[in-house]
Amino acid sequence: MGLKPGEVSTGTTILAGKFKDCIIIGADSRTSMGTYIANRVTDKLTHVVDSIYCCRSGSAADTQAIAAIVKYELDVYATSHNERPTVKVAAKIFKRYLYENKSRLTAGIIVAGWDHQDGFSVYNLPVGGSIHEMNLALGGSGSLFIYGFCEEMYSPEMNREDGLKFIRTALKLAMSSDASSGGMIRTAIIDENGVQRDDVLGSDVKTY
Amino acid sequence: MVPANRRGFHFDNCKRNELLESKGSITAKFTKTGTTIVGLIYKDGVILGADTRATEGPIVADKNCEKLHRLTENMYCAGAGTAADTEYTTNMIASKLELHRLNTNRQPRVVTAASMLSQHLFQYQGHIGANLILGGYDINGPQLISVMPHGSTDKLPYMTLGSGMLAAMAVFETKWKPNMERDDAIALVTEAVSAGIFNDLGSGSNVDVVVITKDRTDYLRNHSKPNQRVPKQTSYKYPPGSVSVIRKEVRYHSNANQSPAAVVPEVVMSES
Repeated sequence: MGLKPGEVSTGTTILAGKFKDCIIIGADSRTSMGTYIANRVTDKLTHVVDSIYCCRSGSAADTQAIAAIVKYELDVYATSHNERPTVKVAAKIFKRYLYENKSRLTAGIIVAGWDHQDGFSVYNLPVGGSIHEMNLALGGSGSLFIYGFCEEMYSPEMNREDGLKFIRTALKLAMSSDASSGGMIRTAIIDENGVQRDDVLGSDVKTY
Repeated sequence: MVPANRRGFHFDNCKRNELLESKGSITAKFTKTGTTIVGLIYKDGVILGADTRATEGPIVADKNCEKLHRLTENMYCAGAGTAADTEYTTNMIASKLELHRLNTNRQPRVVTAASMLSQHLFQYQGHIGANLILGGYDINGPQLISVMPHGSTDKLPYMTLGSGMLAAMAVFETKWKPNMERDDAIALVTEAVSAGIFNDLGSGSNVDVVVITKDRTDYLRNHSKPNQRVPKQTSYKYPPGSVSVIRKEVRYHSNANQSPAAVVPEVVMSES
């Protein structure tokens, strides 16, 4: 990734998937500065508004700043329109910042969540500012190692338990192959009733 | 050259500097505080620690500088990186926080300071070389936040920064535990900074500590002084008369406007 010298990066694995009655997002917890692990308990699953979350990958400074700005903009949107923002609106605001500042930013973001209008949705916003609505979105340096696994094992018909097991296994595999992913596995299960967050160690996840 | 009526920035000097640098000329370097700074949360508050060495390349520029900057009564900031940037940035934020306190009539919060710092540093895209550990106590309890030069922040119960961060982190990783007692926590901070002082070339001299609790802030300047200068073991002062006088001679400079008698010869010499 095109980081500036000395920049802190979330060399990362992030993942978000649509399942039968919920959305599950997941991430590792490693933040690195070159070869040094600056934070091994990072939270890359950042709350945006209501039941909308984003998964951050790339430069820590860039993604934190964008997430904070978009959060603010959606708060203003909610008050001025007197209407809760949808995941699509959130994703498009993220996209606008990523696209209009593409030469200055290193940020790959997944926006996922639930809203009254469209129900569950997952949007992948890779570096460059394109936008992709998907069932399963992968991001970060560690995602390269698990495309095959995800292609083979994922189904949108999976229930909550199988979905969580799938997300955790995928992250465990990515973390074991990618040097800049590691630490804990953080997940969030989002449905119409709210969000449930769980953190486990990579060693606690059984592979199939 | 740029015409006088043209507005905005011009970057002619960048090209010139690049050319000069490629030809091997020396470019100006900043004073960087090769540093060990640490912070931890303990039972009733937060503690920051720092060494006191400032360096300019291989030269120790200041043997007892201050790297713990006061932001408000309830917040301190330990700074590593470019000395001028940490000093200027913390001073500016301290001033903004004081005005904020006066305007709102409330004690400023740690997150407010962290946001101000990270937004300022992000705006300058890493050109302000300030690595900061921000510690404070507000209505949300004790808090510790690190801010990196590009504007990213991290919230952790214990952290180290600067060139001695690895040595100091090794101490924290083996000995830190949650809800430590005040004296144990101060001792651990001192030990972590000492590890930086003794094992990192960029860090040295003394340990400064600040302890921030709910209603008290104690700034312990030079809490530990492990590098005191001791008196010389032998005196190199020669007693008077050690050197024998071989010849004694008084010469007057001839001056056109002055007679030799007007010049009073002041010659004191010891004879042996």
